[in-house]
Amino acid sequence: MAGADVAISTAGAQAARERRLRPYLLFIWPALIVCSAVIIFPWLFTVWMSLHDFHIGSPMTFIGLENYKQLAGNRRFLESIGHTFYFTVLSVALPMVLGTLAALVFHKKFRGRGFYRTLFIMPMMATPVAVSLIWTMMFHPQLGVLNYLLSLVGLPPSQWVYAPGTVIPSLALVEVWLWTPFCMIIVLGGLASLPSEPYEAALIDGANQWQMFWNITFPLVAPFLVVALIIRTIDALKAFETIWVICNGGPGTSSETLNVYLYNQAFAYNQVGTASAVVVVFFAIIVALSLVLLWARQKAAWN
Amino acid sequence: MVARRRLRKLVDQVALAASVALLLAPCLFVFFWMLSLSVKYDIDNTAWPPVFWPEEVTFENFAKVFEESPMFLYFWNSVQVTGSATLVSLLLGVPAGYGIAKAKANKMAGMLLLSRMTPGLSYLIPLFTMFQILGLIGTVWPIALTHLVITLPIVVWIMIGFFETLPHELEEAARIDGATLWQAFLYVALPLARPGIVVSAILSFITSWNNFIFGAVFAGRTTRTMPVAVYNMLTFESFAWGPLAAAAIVVMLPVILLTIVIQKEIVQGLASGGVK
Repeated sequence: MAGADVAISTAGAQAARERRLRPYLLFIWPALIVCSAVIIFPWLFTVWMSLHDFHIGSPMTFIGLENYKQLAGNRRFLESIGHTFYFTVLSVALPMVLGTLAALVFHKKFRGRGFYRTLFIMPMMATPVAVSLIWTMMFHPQLGVLNYLLSLVGLPPSQWVYAPGTVIPSLALVEVWLWTPFCMIIVLGGLASLPSEPYEAALIDGANQWQMFWNITFPLVAPFLVVALIIRTIDALKAFETIWVICNGGPGTSSETLNVYLYNQAFAYNQVGTASAVVVVFFAIIVALSLVLLWARQKAAWN
Repeated sequence: MVARRRLRKLVDQVALAASVALLLAPCLFVFFWMLSLSVKYDIDNTAWPPVFWPEEVTFENFAKVFEESPMFLYFWNSVQVTGSATLVSLLLGVPAGYGIAKAKANKMAGMLLLSRMTPGLSYLIPLFTMFQILGLIGTVWPIALTHLVITLPIVVWIMIGFFETLPHELEEAARIDGATLWQAFLYVALPLARPGIVVSAILSFITSWNNFIFGAVFAGRTTRTMPVAVYNMLTFESFAWGPLAAAAIVVMLPVILLTIVIQKEIVQGLASGGVK
């Protein structure tokens, strides 16, 4: 009996709560409608197009999953997946590590901290296309300043983005430069929210700096690290401007990521059907990776 | 003992200064190099070893940027696109952020993450086809509309975080005094949320200003936004480094200035958005 009562009263409370909250949904509707128009509609349209043989300028014919079958055997497409992952791993791992180190430094109190922090976040605010332009000039194998800097410290010159072997790490370098501040800011937000009691207790117990970082700071900041990791992963998978402006996916197709391959299919070769199928596969990869990371976040929060 | 402690403190300070310098060096160097390229004659720009401090500074490169391309038109295009996208995002996004925060509609917040996951290019093909049918290609409006895809989630995301931290006693008091839900939002919550609105507006502005891909696909000759215009200069003048660097500075100047003005709020806004 008592159990049923509780069930009824919680159901009642739930209904009451819903009644109280429902008017607020009115505030959300306009944004939701616009979002659906610019997000959901293109989605459905993309899936529909991916099932057609569709070149711009010729009639469309329904071909079922043919586009997907062709992609599965398309070497250039499969290679572009490999490039995407290589590029993503580099341009997620390095900004995360450097960003965390930077956050630890900027979390300390020192004179002029605000000023230096502003300088540090400048790259993520700068226009990526413009930044990519400057890097293109710096990468120049004969006249670029980077090879000069290498020669100053006694290292041999690099071909940077002009050789298939070094192009992806070089592009990732630009990405690291652009987005390390982003990771720094998220982790800094985490550090700012830390309670001071555990540190006081640890100090009394005679813990050293490293022990405090590893046993207190790191676990407490972990949820923030995962947020930075998720957003950075999504953005790195989707990176386009840097790659497109600096080397167009070249030399050859050696830095053609999924996004660049997709752009070429759609706007250079007008293969809209194929490009749409690439979009669907691409999105599936992003969602799958994000879900894995979200799951990891839940795990981190649990412990 | 005192001497040792003082030494320890000195070592700490030197280590801190060194790490700050080490962190800032790559960041500053790229900006320095951009500035340096933009004020040097081409003979200095293509010299080996590179010229770091030119003997003679020139502003010719900047003049060239404005002479050879209708920069003011592109600037005006960018202002129109970014301005309207930001304005519409605020009009729709601020109430939405309020609604989501109040109704604790976390699933809707999840939708926003989904919109961030979608590759920007995937919007382009269907929207391009649609705009072509509507005859809007060649105006700035398709670009502005597509920018909503990125600016609206930013505004909503930051506003949710902001409204969640506001105390709700004031609105409840207003409601008891007979204010409607809408009035409580407009006259009580909105004024309190002004700092949040400023941050989301500026971040939305910066993101939209910097966006390249939508403009690259939708813009015609006369509707280019600044990043697209600069990219086009690259294709045509690959070896004129001075004007290219000058153009790069012209594009990013507005966002850099904005960043300097409100750097503290930006850090707070982004950090609060990251808690979700």
